[in-house]
Amino acid sequence: MIFAVASGKGGTGKTTVITSLAAIWEGPVTLVDLDVEEPNLHLFLKPKVMRETAAMLEVPVHDSDKCNLCGECAMFCQYKALAIMGKTMLFYPEMCPGCGGCLKICPEGALSPGGREIGRIAEGQTEFGRFFMGRLRVGEAMSPPLMQQVKQRVVAQGSHAEMPGGIEGCVPDDVLIDAPPGVSCPAMHAVMDADAIVLVTEPTPFGLYDFRLAVEAFSIMHKPMGAVVNRDGIGDQGVEEYCRESGIPIWARIPNSLAVAQAYSRGEIVARKLPELNGIFQELKKRMRAAVTVSREVERA
Amino acid sequence: MKMKRIAVSSEGPRLDDMVDPRFGRVAGFVIVDPAGDASSYIDNGASQVMAQGAGIQAAQNLAGAGVELVISGFVGPKAFQALSAAGIQIIQYVEGVTVEQAVERFKRGELTVADAPNSQAHEGTGRGHGHRNGQGRGQGARR
Repeated sequence: MIFAVASGKGGTGKTTVITSLAAIWEGPVTLVDLDVEEPNLHLFLKPKVMRETAAMLEVPVHDSDKCNLCGECAMFCQYKALAIMGKTMLFYPEMCPGCGGCLKICPEGALSPGGREIGRIAEGQTEFGRFFMGRLRVGEAMSPPLMQQVKQRVVAQGSHAEMPGGIEGCVPDDVLIDAPPGVSCPAMHAVMDADAIVLVTEPTPFGLYDFRLAVEAFSIMHKPMGAVVNRDGIGDQGVEEYCRESGIPIWARIPNSLAVAQAYSRGEIVARKLPELNGIFQELKKRMRAAVTVSREVERA
Repeated sequence: MKMKRIAVSSEGPRLDDMVDPRFGRVAGFVIVDPAGDASSYIDNGASQVMAQGAGIQAAQNLAGAGVELVISGFVGPKAFQALSAAGIQIIQYVEGVTVEQAVERFKRGELTVADAPNSQAHEGTGRGHGHRNGQGRGQGARR
């Protein structure tokens, strides 16, 4: 099963939750950091990195001798990476998501495929299971193309049958994905292949506001979703009330505690440092799995 | 001095509307004819809603309309490059005046043509907008 740990608001405890889940998970688990703008799982899971590779994006290279400035490519490009201005063809590489459409559409053969490094992909091993991480190059505007490549690597390395393109019949690891915060393209991209989404929030008006946006954004994917209320005990009842009204189950409540914050700030895994919290994460895991099992049964019926 | 066809980024379609200092994401441009008396309006609404590349799209619209000079507040590097490639001159840092006043100031020679963009590149509206801000635990604002 594939689980994405996401949140509308940043800093609510995604990393606390996913690293603790990794620590209590029985059976093979693969950990994937898709928060490529600010990956941080490695700080806690301390993987041994076996391979680090450049993630290349296929971008067009322009041959001005062949180009007759017809403008077909610029008209096609929805990202405005190509523009004809006067007698000049302009290319903005940082705007190009590498879809390859302009290469196919150019009637003069004036565009050929070139490569541009958008980030790095690390693969390795932690004490809990295999580890993958993307890190976006500083200054890049778009993260989904890199996230896509990290996912492809997970599939290729693990022959993960449940990921798109996975190999049939292979017994897959469970996968835990650390999604970027927010509800924009990167967050959607990180959760779209998951069987269930764990939404981490905190019981404050800020937490509720962004939690709501996340619920609304992710609902269109019709995946099982559950909430983890972190720092339970602070704030107000808004998140609890909203969950009740909107039918989002609360899968776990992590009590607000100085010890949790201290462990986190030292790069320690909370469930390991504070064994009294193990039960919470065990229960969370059980509910995550149950939600997927139920939704699969419903789908079959 | 020979008058050019001028586009002014504007809050509305009339000469007495205020200059809007945004370029790519402005609502529209008032176009003032070389003679300086007639004006028309280019709606920029389609660029406003683009996830990215609003400045480039706006520059293309203006080039298509035969504009030779832009008066605006802040023009980013991509739009600047696009306008320059089309041979369109740029005047920046204009705000707090009406379109008509801006054109008058230009005619009196009070405004200088820019040789470099004065605004940072934007990430567009498609990503990261707002919700990476206000993070709780020592993570800075992320756009």
